[in-house]
Amino acid sequence: MRDALTLRGNHALLTRANPLAKFSGVVLITVALALSIDWVSASVALAFELLLFPLAGLTLALLWQRGWPLILAAAMGGWSTAILAPDHGRILLDVGVWSISEGSLQLGLGFLLRGLAIALPAVLLMSCTDPTDLADALAQQAKLPHRFVLGTLAAMRLVGLMAEEWQTIGMARRARGVGSHGSPVQRLKATLGQSFGLMVQAVRRASRLAVTMEARGFGGAQRTWARKATFSRLDAWVVLGGLLISGAAVAAAMGAGTWNMVFLGQQ
Amino acid sequence: MTSVDDVRPAAVTARGWGWRHAGRARPAVTGLDLDIRPGERVLLLGPSGAGKSTLLHALAGVLGDSTAAAASADASADAEDSDETGSLLIDGAPPRARRGRAGLMQQDPETQVVLSRLGDDVAFGAENLSVPPADIWRRVGEALDDVGLGGLPLQHPTSALSGGQKQRLALAGILAMRPGLLLLDEPTANLDPAGVLEVRDAVGRCLDKTGATLVVVEHRVAVWKDLVDRIVVLQPGSATDSAVLLDGPPDLVLEQARDMLIAAGVWVPGHVPATRARRGGTGLEGDAGAGQLLLAAEELAVSRERPRRTGLLRGFRTVPPVPVQSGITAQVRAGQALTITGPNGSGKSTFALTLAGLLAPVAGAVSATTELSAGAGIDPYKWRAQQLIARIGTVFQEPEHQFVTGRVLDELMFGPRQLGRGEERVDELLERLRLRELVDANPYTLSGGEKRRLSVATVLAAHPQVLVLDEPTFGQDANTWAELASFLSELLDAGTAVVSVTHDAEFSEVLGGAELKLGAPQPGVPGLPGRTNPGVAAP
Repeated sequence: MRDALTLRGNHALLTRANPLAKFSGVVLITVALALSIDWVSASVALAFELLLFPLAGLTLALLWQRGWPLILAAAMGGWSTAILAPDHGRILLDVGVWSISEGSLQLGLGFLLRGLAIALPAVLLMSCTDPTDLADALAQQAKLPHRFVLGTLAAMRLVGLMAEEWQTIGMARRARGVGSHGSPVQRLKATLGQSFGLMVQAVRRASRLAVTMEARGFGGAQRTWARKATFSRLDAWVVLGGLLISGAAVAAAMGAGTWNMVFLGQQ
Repeated sequence: MTSVDDVRPAAVTARGWGWRHAGRARPAVTGLDLDIRPGERVLLLGPSGAGKSTLLHALAGVLGDSTAAAASADASADAEDSDETGSLLIDGAPPRARRGRAGLMQQDPETQVVLSRLGDDVAFGAENLSVPPADIWRRVGEALDDVGLGGLPLQHPTSALSGGQKQRLALAGILAMRPGLLLLDEPTANLDPAGVLEVRDAVGRCLDKTGATLVVVEHRVAVWKDLVDRIVVLQPGSATDSAVLLDGPPDLVLEQARDMLIAAGVWVPGHVPATRARRGGTGLEGDAGAGQLLLAAEELAVSRERPRRTGLLRGFRTVPPVPVQSGITAQVRAGQALTITGPNGSGKSTFALTLAGLLAPVAGAVSATTELSAGAGIDPYKWRAQQLIARIGTVFQEPEHQFVTGRVLDELMFGPRQLGRGEERVDELLERLRLRELVDANPYTLSGGEKRRLSVATVLAAHPQVLVLDEPTFGQDANTWAELASFLSELLDAGTAVVSVTHDAEFSEVLGGAELKLGAPQPGVPGLPGRTNPGVAAP
């Protein structure tokens, strides 16, 4: 639970890339895909992204573990588009108000692929980026205020602790006779009580952590950085990779004639 | 291992110093006059409320915020603002102006760690003091060596450290700042005996090397007595008396103030607080009425993790967690104590929580006899919360986790109200655990000892036949300790079964009964019994 945010021994190539470079690459792909709902651009991007998996140390099992809500959301989006979009072309399935035609199926498939192709880079980015490195890059290179960035980073470590604390408080309250049985109202009350208990603990921990940080000299206007965030040749490749994937996706869709600008409305 | 020459021991001077926290009527400290010479090692003692922690926080420069201090300096002091009187100086300047001259270690190991990688955490303080990066990594290496963590890689996750290791890591982070003054606020109160010695020895080594000044607050005098060369006893401030009650070499002060310190709940070396003796010895034999089997664990495997569901590719199967300990067999009998001991990570608390019906067993079974279950079924984990509290009461290590109301009296009435019976027992508990004065107080505002007494009382208000306690004596002063031990010995004689997880040998000696020793953790070997010897009577 507590290690959910760390890389857990991932030594893949992309873990060494600068977080800002990786982020730029992701943005490039996302923007290109956001422009058009079509299955060609989405599937080209998706194919490239799957090829990047080993570079990020990601496997299909890990992807499902971390990204299943996104995958399910993409699937739901695709399905509902397929049955709800205006029909054109041959009708494939007709159940009363719901119908799937060739045209709506194509649109739904485009939606599904696009959802996946947009979600995957984010999962890729998370799985090969250490929060500490991200904070270093944001503060040193993106010039965000270091007090804010480091404060957030330290607080994130407490989030894992809070997950453990939630379980303990749940047990401690059961030992006081507050059960998770009963009517929905009783259950809601029990959950609210547990949340309050957790909040009290969170505030206590946070203020103690703040004292620890202040006692270590945190909060001054100036500081040095033991870990210097730098760009390397690898980062140029990462950005170039993002550019290539988005370019290939757009070119393929235009070549196949499926390019379908969202903002220009549907034909 | 050179360049410790840049540590300059700091001097502390207090003249008529006092501090009142924002929103409090009474000051935490008044009229403190104290001189600590560079390189001196001082143990700070005194009853709770004497302002020991306040003094340490002030020296660390983390007391109040600077804007409030500035506001109260020019305007008339408002009760809402904190208030400082007199002067408190490090090397002749206010602590806030001496950032990095003092390093503070607090009690809770979890909040002494700032970052998630070992090396980064040690570097944090030095970075904030704008030390050049090349020097920082040299200091990090030295500091980790000095606290005995040099064998771990810099990338090591800080979440994987034990409590004692976390406190040593905190010490390394402080050392990397090269402070002239080390401030330790009950640094070992939350640690097991091995962790206590680990931290104490690391502090000793670092002081020998750097010659820094030390001020440590700690109840357990025996741990620090040989490391310090001066003991200062504080007393709660008043207008007429000085804040310093006694001041001198350890042996002299301990001799002069022995009775006063014992009365204040300080753990004075060579003194075990008097407790009530158990009737009929350990309660193991002889007593005809006692000894009824109430609860049994058989070949139990325990874990805090819940069963996990696999992903799509493996067909969403349910995978049981890897147990931290397995093959535990134990029996809980009326009027008998069962003490669970073992090294850190051996699953003592996890076992106790499983026995108490709060965690589901990974393998094996916990079963209640009809004597205990009284119609509620054999498996305590399946009981409803109300059924559970009337049968098995569990006192958690952190009392605050169990508070469910905003008032001490409501807190005590909570169990009986849930059950619709037993409110008359509350009065007796109020009296017995000295909570009557506090009935209208908010549980969260009580002192550590009061919280502990309240958490025991609230669980007992539901009149369980089995009482399970997780490290009940951790961080407690000698008075609370003695009260708790005496009270539990009384309960045992009255027929309650008491199961306690503890490192405290003196405590388990008072309770008597059997000891269950759990062996070192054996993860990944399900079905292989842990090294357990249930039912072996403690001497």
